[in-house]
Amino acid sequence: MKPLKSAIPALIPLIAVTAAAEFAVRQGFVRAYLVPAPSSVLRAMLQDSNELLRAIAATSFSAVTGFLLSTVIGIAIAVFLSSSRGIQRAFYPYAVFFQTVPIIAIAPLLVIWFGYGTQTVVASAFVVSIFPVIANTLSGILSTEPALRDLFRLYGASTWVTLFKLRFPAALPQILTGLRVASGLAVIGAIVGEFIGGQGLGSVVDIARTQQRVDKVFAAVLLASVLGLALFGLINLVSYLTLRRWHVSEQS
Amino acid sequence: MTASGISAGGVALHLDGVRREFGNLVVIDHFDLHVEAGEFLAILGPSGCGKSTLLRMIARLAPPDGGTIRLEPDTGRFQTSFVFQDAHLLPWRTVLDNAALPLELMGVTREERYLKARHELERIGLGDATDRYPAQLSGGMRMRVSLARALVTTPRLLLLDEPFAALDEITRYKLDLQLRALWRERGITVIFVTHSISEAAFLANRAVVMARRGGGIKLDRRIELPERRDEELRLDPRYGQEMNALLQAMEEE
Repeated sequence: MKPLKSAIPALIPLIAVTAAAEFAVRQGFVRAYLVPAPSSVLRAMLQDSNELLRAIAATSFSAVTGFLLSTVIGIAIAVFLSSSRGIQRAFYPYAVFFQTVPIIAIAPLLVIWFGYGTQTVVASAFVVSIFPVIANTLSGILSTEPALRDLFRLYGASTWVTLFKLRFPAALPQILTGLRVASGLAVIGAIVGEFIGGQGLGSVVDIARTQQRVDKVFAAVLLASVLGLALFGLINLVSYLTLRRWHVSEQS
Repeated sequence: MTASGISAGGVALHLDGVRREFGNLVVIDHFDLHVEAGEFLAILGPSGCGKSTLLRMIARLAPPDGGTIRLEPDTGRFQTSFVFQDAHLLPWRTVLDNAALPLELMGVTREERYLKARHELERIGLGDATDRYPAQLSGGMRMRVSLARALVTTPRLLLLDEPFAALDEITRYKLDLQLRALWRERGITVIFVTHSISEAAFLANRAVVMARRGGGIKLDRRIELPERRDEELRLDPRYGQEMNALLQAMEEE
């Protein structure tokens, strides 16, 4: 009952804004081809439910696959970067540079490399979501307390044992922060990828736009946000389950 | 009476001409110190005099830049344990898994390390807290887990770096008594770095006052107090005299 009760304050503005939008469109304050009435968005969702369901499944698959690739490869890169200061100086600037390249600019390149289809969308989701994983994991691994490192050395722990029994668990809160950011970005990356070369919510938005179906655009955008929220919620759940016993961020 | 009279499980320590520098900064130079097996030595000194550096070198966590550090008899690795400032437990592990950590890292089987860890926790009065997490413990209890973790390997040399500095005074007294008791029981060699003159005089059989950076030892004094140290000792005029001697050495430049 408690989570339900705590959701009430957030529901009030949602209901208020929805009601206001409905009212504004019906009274003709806002043109329906610019902002559709919430009721017509709902109608679009129901009418095109098959198409939208297929789209959301495709986008979910691409976003989650891209996100999982980011998680695995991002953490591996962070471990590699953490192994020495020299390696960090040599490679980390490129990771930062990589992050600053706008995805919309390299998306056409991805199409050339991977062709039209899921691979391109996954690659796009991966490219935008990997950096926060690298950055947060690296900073987490590097901020292990010196006294604890001494403790592990005192009892002859190897680099790998120290990594798995000390550095990873100690970095977990920060790794999860990185994953939270990455999950939202992966959805954005998938949608951008679908704009250029794939099937899913992104292509639905693109096609509905050319057909002047603002209600359908809104429906697809709304579903994309729901997907982002669901992923975010999933990470929060994992975070709660792993950290609740020991980390302040999950205790209250 | 020398401290070695009661020792069984201790180890002697010899530092000769030890030197340690960080870049151009010489922190410790020409440092000689000989500690008998089973001695309880307190090291006092101003901040930045190299006390912690010295402990880390004795624990072989950092090599000296010159001179030698020898244990006698030297029976190889794992005879030294270290207790850090603050408890420094792994917050994601239970009390039992924290206390068993050193044995786990040394490759001891699960059954054996839990047996030993449980035993140490019971001895230090935490037998019923084994399944709790550090976040659920008070500062004093956390420090006791830290002590149990240090003792679980049955070390012959116990190094403590201002371990109780962050605790309130009552908790600190209790832990002082507990530390002194476990030292007497086991006869291990203890080196205790502290800022507190009263704590040094209360606990140790010998106190060394270090000079500012690279200046070596200003005072090396045997604390002539009864073996039995308890609350009554704090009212003993001899305790005041010892504290005064240490204070004077600390103050002189």
